[in-house]
Amino acid sequence: MRQITGAELFVKALKEEAVDTLFAYPGGQAIDLFNALYGEKEIDVILPRHEQGLIHAADGYARSTGKVGVCLVTSGPGATNLVTGIATANYDSVPLVCFTGQVATHLIGNDTFQEVDFVGITRSICKYAVMVRKREDLAETIKKAFYIARTGKPGVVVVDLPKDVQRAYGSDFYPEEIMVRGYKPKLSVHMGQINKAMDILNHAVKPVFLIGGGVNIAHANKEMTQLAELTGVPVITTIMGKGAIPTTNSLYVGNIGIHGSYAANSAISNCDVLFSIGTRFNDRITGKIEEFAVNAKIIHIDVDAASISRNIDVDIPIVADAKKAICALLEKAKPLHISEWTDEINRWKKEYPIDMGKIGLTPQMIIRSINELFKDAIVTTDVGQNQLWTTQFLDIDENNQMLTSGGLGTMGYGFPAAIGAKLGNPHKDVIVISGDGGMQMNIQEMATAVVYELPVIICILNNGYLGNVRQWQEMFYDRRYSSTCMRYRRSCETGCNQPAHCCPEYTPDFIALAESYGAKGIRVTKAEDIKLALNSAKQNTKTPTIIEFIIDREVNVMPIVPPGNSLNDMILESEEGRE
Amino acid sequence: MKKRWICLFVENEIGVLDRISGLFSGKSYNLDSLTVGVTEDSTISRMTISLTSDDRTFEQIKKQLGRSVEVIKVVDYTDTPIHMKEILFVKVNHCSDADITELFRISKVFGVAIIDYDSTTVLLECTQTENRNDDLIALLKRKFANRIEIVRGGSVAVEAVSMSER
Repeated sequence: MRQITGAELFVKALKEEAVDTLFAYPGGQAIDLFNALYGEKEIDVILPRHEQGLIHAADGYARSTGKVGVCLVTSGPGATNLVTGIATANYDSVPLVCFTGQVATHLIGNDTFQEVDFVGITRSICKYAVMVRKREDLAETIKKAFYIARTGKPGVVVVDLPKDVQRAYGSDFYPEEIMVRGYKPKLSVHMGQINKAMDILNHAVKPVFLIGGGVNIAHANKEMTQLAELTGVPVITTIMGKGAIPTTNSLYVGNIGIHGSYAANSAISNCDVLFSIGTRFNDRITGKIEEFAVNAKIIHIDVDAASISRNIDVDIPIVADAKKAICALLEKAKPLHISEWTDEINRWKKEYPIDMGKIGLTPQMIIRSINELFKDAIVTTDVGQNQLWTTQFLDIDENNQMLTSGGLGTMGYGFPAAIGAKLGNPHKDVIVISGDGGMQMNIQEMATAVVYELPVIICILNNGYLGNVRQWQEMFYDRRYSSTCMRYRRSCETGCNQPAHCCPEYTPDFIALAESYGAKGIRVTKAEDIKLALNSAKQNTKTPTIIEFIIDREVNVMPIVPPGNSLNDMILESEEGRE
Repeated sequence: MKKRWICLFVENEIGVLDRISGLFSGKSYNLDSLTVGVTEDSTISRMTISLTSDDRTFEQIKKQLGRSVEVIKVVDYTDTPIHMKEILFVKVNHCSDADITELFRISKVFGVAIIDYDSTTVLLECTQTENRNDDLIALLKRKFANRIEIVRGGSVAVEAVSMSER
């Protein structure tokens, strides 16, 4: 058997795992791994400008391609800069394998330069974390890492690679299969439970499907649409489940949750059977838990047993992969006669649509224009109002996809995720919908987008505030705008609680910033210029384009369920109302 | 709230104890005691965990343990006949002759071994159930306040062979 170094085996393993793109930032304890990658033709090694941008890019790549995203960084700060991205990806069940350099095994524990206990740091925020302590364990550990990351409920695996293991010679064998005795992803579906669930559904008078991110992760969108159409049962999604069936489908009601639609939240509150698939009933979707779907029998399908009966009590629990479960359901499904119920929901939809009005330059107009102009696109969002508006107004069908940090809610996610999505999908349009705050959290990745010639379209909804927190301050904290104004300067008066015409200039100038990176910048201040700008960005196929939309400074995300309220207790409109 | 027992088979690897104890602290699960030792198979360690919780939390704890890659098997001993013992050492200092006599008396009643002593100090070794050890400690604390040093090993448990055992 040929003897190769650990670093060479690492490269071989990546190829065996069909890794075509590696998000990597070098450093002292990873230099041998980079040496082995030098001149490598089969793997596209991408050098972002910060490890946090790096891992969000790998995340966007993984979510948009369905492949495992792979990161490689050095020890110490290189590794710790991944932490937010690991938690982000793991929370949303994104398969990533993160390789981190580590000081040599004999130096571990000595407070060596750039040494951190990275396995210890990440243990509680990833699916599995392991240090390879012996060269002979390397191949098996990498195999195990990919297997664990991509199967079951996908997640993040951290593999810490000490320098001596990278340099040591050993076998070039890489296993084709691996068995992990403590890890058995559920592959079957319990037909008895499926039959019980279908029996309950078939006798329902006011049933709804509540679909979470699990259906998107299992790529069961087609089957889910079939199931909805066959049964005629209305579909409500969580933010992560959006797109489970096309948002343009007449059976789609909207998002549930604290910024969900009135129709969706009312349907949940009034249904008699809540058939949920792939959601963990997070606090943002349930509102006041004691009053959540009180009259409903609840069926819950999830691949993770620990998600079932944790936040709410469930009548029929089914531990299964969403796609396998939906296929099993399809065999038993039949049309339901529930037209009274669907009429009622449609009436709610019609009477209480989410609508920001027709005056000014609203996020709704911007996102609706994106719907019109981009039919084969990946849209990433940042976190905050930009994200909520996108989940309210973006249309998603078979050709469009939305990537968003739903679980952890990580500002700074949107733009680097788009870089990864574009790398994985060069022929699709990739659009970022970000705020002025979140965009600045990973703005250094402009260089990455420029040097790798990735023409992503970055829509910055600039209201000069950290808008979502400001909205809460306005609505629930007596307008005390504490640390949320992005136009604040030292010279401002303290205790400011509203924007004024004389507010200081915004910094940075996003247009000049785009240009300084060699990208294109367009500023839009009027509604009639939205499409022009988007089209112009679409034509720019060489560099990224920043479109800065100057939106109303105090525009709110509506409707909203105030904290502590139940879902059917929503505030529908801002106090000043709509025209 | 109810006293629970879990027997956990885990990979005998560095960091597994941290993973399991971290799960309890990270998710605010209450943990009474945790012991760990290697089994007849040197690649597998076995933990005995005792905790007090309500039904819902306990179900969640078992699921969370079960989904950990390092965990091979979770066995709920709560309503199973088990043998369960905890090692306990108690050192009683500054003893008078009368104290020593008293300690010998206590040791007889409680089935405790006196494994070492000198003119003023007595060392007791007790291998009983957690509850029985609690009783002994309570008694010694009352009688020899501020003079005792206690070290407890945490419980180990194994399923009973004959089903009537408990």
